[in-house]
Amino acid sequence: MTGDTLLSVEGLSVAINGKTILDDVSLTLAAGKILALTGESGSGKSMTALAVMGLLPGRARATGAIRLGGTDLLTRTEAQMCDLRGNDIGMIFQEPMTALNPVQTIGDQVAETILIHGAADRQAARIRAAQVLGRVGLPQDRFPLTRYPHELSGGQRQRVVIAMAIALRPKLLIADEPTTALDVTTQAQILDLLQSLVREEGMALLMITHDLAVVSDMADDIAVMQRGKVVETGPTRQLFARMAHPYTRQLFEASGHRVSLPPHPPADRPLLEVQSVSRDYPLPRRLPFMPRQNFRAVNDVSFALMQGDRVGLVGESGCGKSTLTRAILGLEPVQEGRILLDGAPVFAHGHPNLEVRRKMQVVFQDPYGSFNPRHRVGKLITEPFHLLPAQPGASERQDRIAEALTAVGLSPGDADRYIHAFSGGQRQRIAIARALIIRPELIVFDEAVSALDVRVRAQILDLMADLSRQYRLSYLFISHDLSVVRTITDRVLVMRHGRIVEDGPTEQVYTDPQHPYTRQLLDAAPRLPEITPESPHAPA
Amino acid sequence: MLTYLLKRLTSLVISLLVASLVIFLVVEVAPGDPASFMLGLNAQPDTVAALRSELGLDMPKHARYLGWLSGMVSGDFGMSYTYRTPVAQMISDRLWVSLPLALMALALSTLIAFPAGLFAAARRGSAGDMGVMGATQLGVAIPNFWFAMMLVLVFAINLRWFSAGGFPGWEDPLLALKALTLPAIALALPQAAILTRVMRSALLDILGEDFMRTARAKGLSARQAIWRHGLRNALIPVLTIIGLQFSFLLAGAIIIEQVFFLPGLGRLVFQAITQRDLIVVESVVMLLVFAVIVVNFAVDLAYAVVDPRLRSRR
Repeated sequence: MTGDTLLSVEGLSVAINGKTILDDVSLTLAAGKILALTGESGSGKSMTALAVMGLLPGRARATGAIRLGGTDLLTRTEAQMCDLRGNDIGMIFQEPMTALNPVQTIGDQVAETILIHGAADRQAARIRAAQVLGRVGLPQDRFPLTRYPHELSGGQRQRVVIAMAIALRPKLLIADEPTTALDVTTQAQILDLLQSLVREEGMALLMITHDLAVVSDMADDIAVMQRGKVVETGPTRQLFARMAHPYTRQLFEASGHRVSLPPHPPADRPLLEVQSVSRDYPLPRRLPFMPRQNFRAVNDVSFALMQGDRVGLVGESGCGKSTLTRAILGLEPVQEGRILLDGAPVFAHGHPNLEVRRKMQVVFQDPYGSFNPRHRVGKLITEPFHLLPAQPGASERQDRIAEALTAVGLSPGDADRYIHAFSGGQRQRIAIARALIIRPELIVFDEAVSALDVRVRAQILDLMADLSRQYRLSYLFISHDLSVVRTITDRVLVMRHGRIVEDGPTEQVYTDPQHPYTRQLLDAAPRLPEITPESPHAPA
Repeated sequence: MLTYLLKRLTSLVISLLVASLVIFLVVEVAPGDPASFMLGLNAQPDTVAALRSELGLDMPKHARYLGWLSGMVSGDFGMSYTYRTPVAQMISDRLWVSLPLALMALALSTLIAFPAGLFAAARRGSAGDMGVMGATQLGVAIPNFWFAMMLVLVFAINLRWFSAGGFPGWEDPLLALKALTLPAIALALPQAAILTRVMRSALLDILGEDFMRTARAKGLSARQAIWRHGLRNALIPVLTIIGLQFSFLLAGAIIIEQVFFLPGLGRLVFQAITQRDLIVVESVVMLLVFAVIVVNFAVDLAYAVVDPRLRSRR
C-alpha cells in the first residue's frame, strides 16, 4: 500500500461570499505517510481539512478536485459524504475539552461511529468501542465505557476523540491542531499515539499545526500555507534544508527566535518577595453541612525577584501558576505566608494595596478580551493613571500617551483609534503600552505571547528585549511555552503541583536540569531541527 | 447523585418554611387588623371582636403561626369566612379544574414548541425560520384572552364543536376534557410562542458547539446530529422555562377562566380578594408557592437526569 497516493487535492479553490479563502491548493498524501499542513492563523489550513471532510460552511463554493482513492469528493452528494466520514476519513479536532458531547458516555460516543455506519450491532459495537479505547490508551479497567467526558482530563478526552475517529479504521485521518490545547508532556504522548496509528494501522495522516517543531520530527512531508496558497511543499528534511520560499524561512526563524536580552543589571534590592506562600481553595462539600475540605493550589512557595530580574515561571496547566499570579497581583488573599513588593504587602486589609499596585502592571494573554471595545486607545492605555495619587494634567497626559505608544512601536496618532482597528500583535503592543505608561517597577506577563502567531510573537519578544534595554524592566514572565521562556528570561522557576521544584539561571536549568520533572518537561517539548538554513543570498 | 438530591431537598424544605413565614407575616402580622379589614369599614366593634376570637387572633403570634402550619400539613386550611365551608375542600374542588387545565396547556405548548423550535433552528435564516419567528412574535404579543374569544367565535359559535364555556364536572371525563380544550389552547398559544423561541436559541447555541462538528465528522447527517446530540443538550434552558410556565399556568389563568366560566383557582382567588376572604387568599397563595417550589425541585431533578455533570458534582 505504502507509496500509493491515497489523497490528492488538485487545484482546490474555495470562496465564501465571493471572497477567496483557498487558492489553487494542491497536495498529495500516500497511505502510511504523514503530511503536515502548516502556516499562521488564517492561512487556510483548517479550511483545507474541512473541504476534504465536505464540511465547509454552507455558503462556501469549492472548485478543483479532492480525490480519495480515485473518487472526487467534491462531486459526492451529502448522503455519500456522510457514508464516507467516519468510515474512510476520521477527524480529530483542536479542543478536546469541548469536542465531546457532555451528556453522553464515552462508550456511546465511540460506539456511535460504528453504529451509524451499520458496521455492527449494538453489542458488537460496544465490544469494538472497548477495544478501540484500549488501543488509544484508555483500558477498560480504568476507563470503562460508562465514563462521561467531564470525568476525564484534556489528554484523555483527546484520546476518546481519536478513538471515535479510528473506530472503523479509516484510510485517512485528519488531525486539526490535535495537541495545541494540551500540555507538553500530554502533547508528546498524543503525538506518539498518532505516529503509532500511522505505522501500525497503515493510515495516512493529514496533520494541521501552526507549530513547526511539532511536525519536524514526525511528518514525512510538509506543506506550508500562506493566505490560502501552498507556498512550499516537499519532504520534511529537504524542505527544512532548502527553505526555498521566504515565508517558510520566516516561519522557521520566528519559531526558534532568540532575542538579544541586554545584560542583567547589577541587582541592588529585592523587588518582589514571595515568602512561604500557600493558597487554599475550598472544595465543594461532599454532603450538606459537612466541614469543607481545602485544595492547596499553591504550597509553600518562596522566591525573591531582584530589581532588574527577568524571571520565568513555567509549569503545566493546573500547577498553580495562575493562582500564584493572582496572589502576586494582590487580587486574592493568601492563606499562609506573605507577598511583598518593594517591602510593602500587595494585599492588605481585605483589598489590594493601591500604594503597591501602582508599582506593578500586568499584560494578559488575550489581546481581544482585555480591552473595552468602546474606548479609544488613548483612554485604554491611560487606565492605570487612576492608581496614581495625582492625576497628570491634560498636556502631560498627551505626552505620556505619545511616549508609551512610540515605545511599543506604534504612532502617537493611534491614540484616537478604537481597539478593533488593530491586529492581534498590535493589540498586545497596546497592552504593553498600558502597562508601561505609569513606569511600573515590575511587569507581570501572563502568557502574554501565547495566543500570537510565531512571526508576531517574535516581534513582541524583540520589543520586550528593547524595552528592557530602555527602561531597565523587571518582569515575571509566566508561560507554558518552554522555548519562549528560555530566550526572554535570565532565571526560571519550574512549578509543579503547587510547589516550585526548580529555581535557577535559565541557561543552566535548560542545559542541566536538576529536578526529574524539569527534565521530563524539557524532553517532552518539541524541538526544531538543528538546521541553519543556507541564506539564499550567501556566496556559493 | 444522592448528595445532589439531599441538597435540593434541603433547599426545598427551607424555601417552603421561609415562604410560609413571609406569607404569614404579610397577611397576619403586618399593621392593620385582619378581622376589621375583612369586615370592612362599617363593621360593629362586637362583630370584629367575635371574628377575632373565631380566627384565633387573640393568641400569641408564634402560636398562631405554628397552628396555621400544622393545620396545613394535616390538610386543615381553616374555614372560609364568606362561604363558611372548609377552605381545603374549596381548593381541592378548584384544583380539579385548574391542574388538568394547566397540564393540558403545558403539554400543548411543548408539543407545539419542540417541533417548531427544531424546525426553525435547523433552517436558520430560511423563509421557514422567519415564518416561525414571525408567528412567535405574534403569539407573544397577542394576549391570550383575545385568542380565547376568537376560539369561542370559531369553534363554539360558528362550528359548534365545543361549548362556549362552563364546566360539567368529571362524571363524564370526555365531556370534561372537551370543556377544557379551548381554554387550554388559548392558554398554550402564548406559552408555546415563548417556548419556541427558547428552544430555537438553545438549539442554535448547541449547533455552534465543537461536539456537533465532531458528530458530523463521524458521519452523522445534520439532522441526525441535532437529534442525537443537540436536543438533549438544549433541554436545560427549555426545562427551566417549562417549570416557570407551569407555575404561571396554575394560577395565571384568571382571565381565561372568566372567559370560559371555569370554576378554577384563579377565579377563586379573584373572588376571595374582592370579598376580603383573607383565609382563602392566604391558603391559595401558600398552595401556589408550594406548587412553584415543588415544580422547581422537579426541574432540578430533571436537570440531573439530562446532565451527568450535575449528578456527579459534589
